Amino acid sequence: MRVVIVDAGGANTGSVRYAFERLGVTAALVTDAEAIRGADRVILPGVGTAAQVMARLRALDLVEVLRTLERPLLGICVGMQLLFERSQEGDVEGLGLLPGTVARLRGGPGVRVPHMGWNRLQPRADGTLRTGIDADAQAFFVHSFAAPVTADCILACEHGQSFAAAVQRGPIAGAQFHPERSAAVGAQLLRNFLSPSFVPGARA
Amino acid sequence: MLSRRIIPCLDVRDGRVVKGVRFRDHVDMGDIADLALRYRDAGADELVFYDISASPQGRSVDRGWVERVSRLIDIPFCVAGGIRDVATARDVLHAGADKVSINTPALERPALISELAEAFGVQCVVVGIDSIREADGEWRVRSHTGDPDRTRALAVRTLDWIVEAQRLGAGEIVLNCMDNDGVRRGYDIAQLQQARALCAVPLVASGGAGECAHFVDAFAQADVDGALAASVFHSGRIAIPDLKRDLRAAGIEVRDV
Repeated sequence: MRVVIVDAGGANTGSVRYAFERLGVTAALVTDAEAIRGADRVILPGVGTAAQVMARLRALDLVEVLRTLERPLLGICVGMQLLFERSQEGDVEGLGLLPGTVARLRGGPGVRVPHMGWNRLQPRADGTLRTGIDADAQAFFVHSFAAPVTADCILACEHGQSFAAAVQRGPIAGAQFHPERSAAVGAQLLRNFLSPSFVPGARA
Repeated sequence: MLSRRIIPCLDVRDGRVVKGVRFRDHVDMGDIADLALRYRDAGADELVFYDISASPQGRSVDRGWVERVSRLIDIPFCVAGGIRDVATARDVLHAGADKVSINTPALERPALISELAEAFGVQCVVVGIDSIREADGEWRVRSHTGDPDRTRALAVRTLDWIVEAQRLGAGEIVLNCMDNDGVRRGYDIAQLQQARALCAVPLVASGGAGECAHFVDAFAQADVDGALAASVFHSGRIAIPDLKRDLRAAGIEVRDV
């Protein structure tokens, strides 16, 4: 299986690659359209701001490639936020693969932003990406912006408000938390994404 | 609900973990990777690696061990010490660290906080503060605490610096209360409470942990998001599974392992 990580300039590309290594899978860091179209699984990580990552994808001419990708795509953190139509962070247009707008976490008394640390996941819509992840399992989050709980939300999280912790619509998936830093829960999510049964009928 | 974090801090010198509360007479504790894995297995929620060789010697962090740790562990970690510019921070983050922590360089050039926040987002930028209570009753910051011969007392009030650091883009504050550091009589609750009132970003308590009850106090009374400790974990005086059991019994949300 060819697994590629889109090098969108974020700082966690290395950690994501190592997480796959721990699962026995070599993932290549790529920036060209051919490698992405030819892959069996595509990961879009992102640390930084939505505007920075989008600008980098534009500069690499990868926006259309990702929009029209037929293979499974997993966005991580900002990478997941960019699956949506817009992000209020810098008011940028996202890839538009999922409906919705990413907005800043409101915070408030006792609710700190950035949302940083281990928080519990609650199952929402069905999705093969969350196979084997129990209700109340904990994952590691670091972010200030979040996607809304929509029909595509398969795992929700609570931090002063509900937001999407993981999403899936067919082959398009995302995790707001960092699977590469979420111990066994994170490894399970990545294994699910690699699994032949991730998208029924898709190429393994 | 967000868990309160337990964060062991490991001092690193020349690629090895050493013990010595950042001062002299360092004792070799073992290989970074071995210790990182041991803490991960015990249920640490996050690790901080303090590169004590980097800062006083004016060197930057050796990214070799950062990469080694990143390959091995599947929990987040932060690297502190020797980070003075965006390029060094980028090296450390690209090698796999999740956050960088800056202390003296931020005091010398506060704009560094903004530069890092701009380049990597505030969630990567931790500002470490060493604070001491002076004769007039005010808490003030100390710089260059990695080397006792170079440690400087600054006129900056700790609470003012906490506000300023957030304004510039700090995504987390680690407040090390030096009066309590290494003496194991508990975290400085009064100071942490005042810091908490001014801190809208996550706040991590440091300095003074001696027993499980001290962690309970810091979380329950000062509402900190995380508690950092070194010697009590390294010596085996506190085992993380026991600590988490006590915290859970006190009604404090912690991560299950």
